[in-house]
Amino acid sequence: MSSSTTNKIDSNTPLLDRSDERVNHDSSIGDVVRSFVDRVKSGDLGSLPVVVGLIIIWSIFTAINPVFLSANNLVNLLFDSATVGIIALGIVCVLMLGEIDLSVGSLSGVGSALLGVLWVKQGLALPLAMALSLSFGACVGMAYAYLRTRFGMPSFVATLAGLLALLGFQLFLLGSTGSINLPYSSSLVDFGQLLIMPAWLSHSLALLPGIVFVFRGVQIRNKRMAMRLSAKSLNSILVKAVLMTVALEMIVMYLNQSRGVPWMFGLFLLLVIALNYALTRTKWGRYMFAVGGNVEAARRVGIKVERIYMSAFILCSTLATLGGMLAAARLASASQQAGTGDVNLNAIAAAVIGGTSLFGGRGSAWSALLGIIVIMSIANGLTLLNLSSAHRYMITGAVLAVAVIIDSLARQSRQSHGKA
Amino acid sequence: MSANKNNHAETATPLLSLQSVCKQFGAVSALTNIDLDVYPGEVVALVGDNGAGKSTLIKTIAGAHKPTSGQIFFEGKPVNMEGPSDAIDLGIATVFQDLALCENLDVVSNLFLGQEKGPFALDETEMEVRSWTLLNELAARIPSVRDVVASLSGGQRQTVAIARSLLANPKIIMLDEPTAALGVAQTAEVLNLIDRVKAKGLGVILISHNMQDVRAVADRVVVLRLGKNNGVFTPDSSNEELIGAITGASDNSVTRREQRIKSASSACEV
Repeated sequence: MSSSTTNKIDSNTPLLDRSDERVNHDSSIGDVVRSFVDRVKSGDLGSLPVVVGLIIIWSIFTAINPVFLSANNLVNLLFDSATVGIIALGIVCVLMLGEIDLSVGSLSGVGSALLGVLWVKQGLALPLAMALSLSFGACVGMAYAYLRTRFGMPSFVATLAGLLALLGFQLFLLGSTGSINLPYSSSLVDFGQLLIMPAWLSHSLALLPGIVFVFRGVQIRNKRMAMRLSAKSLNSILVKAVLMTVALEMIVMYLNQSRGVPWMFGLFLLLVIALNYALTRTKWGRYMFAVGGNVEAARRVGIKVERIYMSAFILCSTLATLGGMLAAARLASASQQAGTGDVNLNAIAAAVIGGTSLFGGRGSAWSALLGIIVIMSIANGLTLLNLSSAHRYMITGAVLAVAVIIDSLARQSRQSHGKA
Repeated sequence: MSANKNNHAETATPLLSLQSVCKQFGAVSALTNIDLDVYPGEVVALVGDNGAGKSTLIKTIAGAHKPTSGQIFFEGKPVNMEGPSDAIDLGIATVFQDLALCENLDVVSNLFLGQEKGPFALDETEMEVRSWTLLNELAARIPSVRDVVASLSGGQRQTVAIARSLLANPKIIMLDEPTAALGVAQTAEVLNLIDRVKAKGLGVILISHNMQDVRAVADRVVVLRLGKNNGVFTPDSSNEELIGAITGASDNSVTRREQRIKSASSACEV
């Protein structure tokens, strides 16, 4: 391409990425819709199943009990989502590598027990107790990564062993009393139960994504045009930003009719956004995808694969501990029941339902958010219907099975469409 | 053949020169006294049967094996490579047979894997532009660099793998069976690509079992047999000669007898 050497932009020469006439490019809205349908047909589902699933679940529960969609109930839903959601965020990291951590539930229990022992029983300062608990979690992740990379122990087995060991450690920590109550007046319990963003703040924060979207969009557009690449039209950027802002403002307004947006959910969102940035815009994130897609290829180009495993497992375990401590704050106690039962599977199910593949190399931080809202909606809705946890477990199990089936089918479809 | 070599000697020192390189694995001599020269803008085909030592030689040049004895010269200077990264730093790029691409990542990500621009805020625009310029230079027909590699054909994947190895501006590029498992059209595309890499002034070492491909692009054909140099041929030498050298079929009692008679008769004439 001789024109690439000249600086003059000639409107007749095709853009760098539009010179191949075999490729269809979406220019009109109809093209965009058509390419979306094609993508879905070929198994590139993205977050479509979650959104559809969420609509179905919400319509059913609202039809049975209108309280479900009340602002007050949704605020409760957000409180509940934050704790397990943070654990699911860690699960996204290990799933991205095609690994798994089955011990996040037990580890979150140990996190809360350690917090109770160090803070309430030993009288350490709260930040110190939390830091110690988090570093214990990081050490557990380091151990899993070491077992995986040094001894080639499948993470499935290593973390299954960890599940039992950590459960034992939790019982040992809590001793004969079985539970430690966290002081009600403390800032941590306030954070877990009560703290809500002021309305003005939540409304201003809801404006932020739209502004950042337009700013980044225009910045990228200018840069791409200067380098003779195709760029999104200004209109599409603005339309998307306006739609996003209107939707967010409406959600915030609705939640503010009741108590408002919990700070704990705000923390969860912040972590999701941070992980999303790390996964999509940094070298580390690119390496996570590469290792999940083809370990040998990653090794050959000089990626330090062991470090990537290490970072993912440490991140997962640390987030699990954090989730455990916040769960303790939500209940104002660290008990033997913390982290047992469905916490483990809820966290894993959330990541998978949200669209992170169990097979590695495919997923996003947003899947933790979407998935946990689905899982918690089911739990919350069934509780409103006065169904016991027996029913809840069965239904959540079925939803997880459906999610994995969709993941597998989509994978097969991608393979047959040459997009595996 | 010798004229060809003299031609090079006037213009340049060899990019890469191996002098009596030996490699032993325990009692096995995988390579014995290998000599090999690669000049800029030259395609050297490396042919030989299975177990002839092609892979060992490639790995030695790529820095993965250390030669037991002998010396490797790069641009006239003796070099000691401690690992593959040393070879890459010198400017020796290798495309292995399995390509080692991440199918879940798009072409840009694969091209820049391990050498991304901007560690904490990837410069996607810059990387995309460089991908397009590189692929256009190679006249590679990739429909979109934002497609995942899984959606590309075998030939296109080979193109991406070769383009990736060119990204670090190497001086010499080694291709391990780039046309194995490719169709007729895709093979032609890869051969065109090799021609273009050659035209850029790079040295190319091509391993192939396909004599047709070797003839199509190579300037010299180096035959390895049982870890030893078994002749250097021009691409227009006959199939019998080449295959004879590869399989050792020319080295049997019949040919030995013919040679003996020939040399005896020439001695008589003198």
